[in-house]
Amino acid sequence: MKDFPYSESKDTRSGFGAGLAELGRNNPNVVALCADLTGSLKMDAFKKEFPERFYQVGIAEANMIGLAAGMTIGGKIPYTGTFANFSTGRVYDQIRQSVAYSGKNVKICASHAGLTLGEDGATHQILEDLGMMKMLPHMTVINPCDYNQTKAATIAIASYEGPVYLRFGRPVVPNFTPADQKFEIGKALMLNEGTDVSIFATGHLVWKAILAGHILAEKGISAEIINIHTIKPLDEAAILASVAKTGCVVSAEEHNRLGGLGDSIAQVLVKNKPLPQEYVAVNDSFGESGTPDELMEKYGLNEQSIVAAAERAISRK
Amino acid sequence: MENPYNKSIDELKQVAAQVRRDIVRMVHAVNSGHPGGSLGCTDYFVSLYFKVMNYSTDFTIEGKGEDLFFLSNGHISPVWYSTLARAGFFDPKELATFRKLNSRLQGHPATEEGLPGIRIASGSLGQGLSVATGAAQAKKLNNDDSLVYVLMGDGELEEGQIWEAAIYAPHHKIDNLIATVDRNHQQIDGSTDEVGGLGDLHAKFEAFGWHVLETEGNNFKQLLATLDEAKAATGKGKPVMILMHTEMGFGVDFMMGSHKWHGVAPNDEQLEKALQQLAVNEAADY
Repeated sequence: MKDFPYSESKDTRSGFGAGLAELGRNNPNVVALCADLTGSLKMDAFKKEFPERFYQVGIAEANMIGLAAGMTIGGKIPYTGTFANFSTGRVYDQIRQSVAYSGKNVKICASHAGLTLGEDGATHQILEDLGMMKMLPHMTVINPCDYNQTKAATIAIASYEGPVYLRFGRPVVPNFTPADQKFEIGKALMLNEGTDVSIFATGHLVWKAILAGHILAEKGISAEIINIHTIKPLDEAAILASVAKTGCVVSAEEHNRLGGLGDSIAQVLVKNKPLPQEYVAVNDSFGESGTPDELMEKYGLNEQSIVAAAERAISRK
Repeated sequence: MENPYNKSIDELKQVAAQVRRDIVRMVHAVNSGHPGGSLGCTDYFVSLYFKVMNYSTDFTIEGKGEDLFFLSNGHISPVWYSTLARAGFFDPKELATFRKLNSRLQGHPATEEGLPGIRIASGSLGQGLSVATGAAQAKKLNNDDSLVYVLMGDGELEEGQIWEAAIYAPHHKIDNLIATVDRNHQQIDGSTDEVGGLGDLHAKFEAFGWHVLETEGNNFKQLLATLDEAKAATGKGKPVMILMHTEMGFGVDFMMGSHKWHGVAPNDEQLEKALQQLAVNEAADY
């Protein structure tokens, strides 16, 4: 099992903020809209450097999505920023009609996704957003794993013409992705080659998968770990190549087990090569208040859960 | 850039009669669609495309340097499709495909099939004012001094998003935007007073910071004068809102004054009767 050294831990939302500011310097068409959460989304740097391209929308997310769609008509590349809950469920119809169906080049950037939002509780901890967004035709869905990858993804999506849902979060996690790593939409990243089980993880669960890989190695189990930062379009070739070697799968995500990454992978397996798959995901429930670590443990989203899932998957081969 | 037609009022009346013929024929042909609001807003559409707006029929989504139009109440697509076809965006013969399989003329306007003249999908109500405001802000960023027009239904004002945009646009001084409400007092379940209680819209929009105008929408002289006044009011720090009083079903006597023709197509006999009332050169029918 490979080591993934890192010098510091950082929040993915700060990667977004840094990427957005850098984009502002290099691409005059990039504009940013925020619904009264500038500090939480780390959009302050962009706002300070480019006040004429920053739009404070207030607590009016539906209007924000419509404004962004309209701005694309003038050739702008709008990045909208608010919490994942208010970026998706609250404005699903606006995204569906004005952005996805209309093929508009809007980048919907969503922080505080999932349980790791923590103490605010279930009203804010959306666990259904990946499902809602991946079901929309034309929509690209990205969930990077750490600060560097979020920054790289934020920059990369500006060069892609079309609607994108970019999901990130609040907790501080090890920043192990190389700062100079190119972000390719739809290209899964091999982290550790293995032969006994394929662990496909996204977002904050990628680091948990690495921790699980070390525990599995101590038990003599060789885990292949792949970072699926793009849930749609899904890198089917990478998935099929991996399972051809390992013969079983664990999917890991900070999301409801219904409709997320796991289901996308299951569909690939069913169509191509049916194999045992175990889900590490929230078991069709809402979250609750608590610290991020407490919640990830209670809802079965930590490294121990991944280890147990891997052992179950292997036993089903 | 100029309006490609710049027609006189007499000529506008001729075009409007043709568009109304198209509307009733289109909805009759597929026994579905929304003739009431389409007929009521015909004079507005014809005024914009044949006199008021500066645009090119060589269509681009971006519309750089052109006045842009957005339809928020997308269900009145027949009047927009007919107007676009008569203005030269596509062959009027294509109107015969309205609401049929594999058509570019979807039940509600869409960009997916690439119909020239349409810049965004609409149909689910309440979204157009936000979109138009965003497009107007992009024009400002681009130093493009052309204008953005948007039409909404009055029943549509019951949607909350409209009021989010109504707060936003004056606050951000979007003064290159001319919004219009089709104030026909009708919606599917009855009158807007019974159903929605919209109240004094003039006072409401004024209180939100809009420059508010009112006009008859089925009187070219008044309508054109108001649209001129609206243009003159742009560039002064406030968005412009026109409350346009129309008669749903205008031009066909038995369709007028009732919400019953909001979304119902005429039968064969009713179509004949309607066409008799919309006298214009029949040879120009699609």
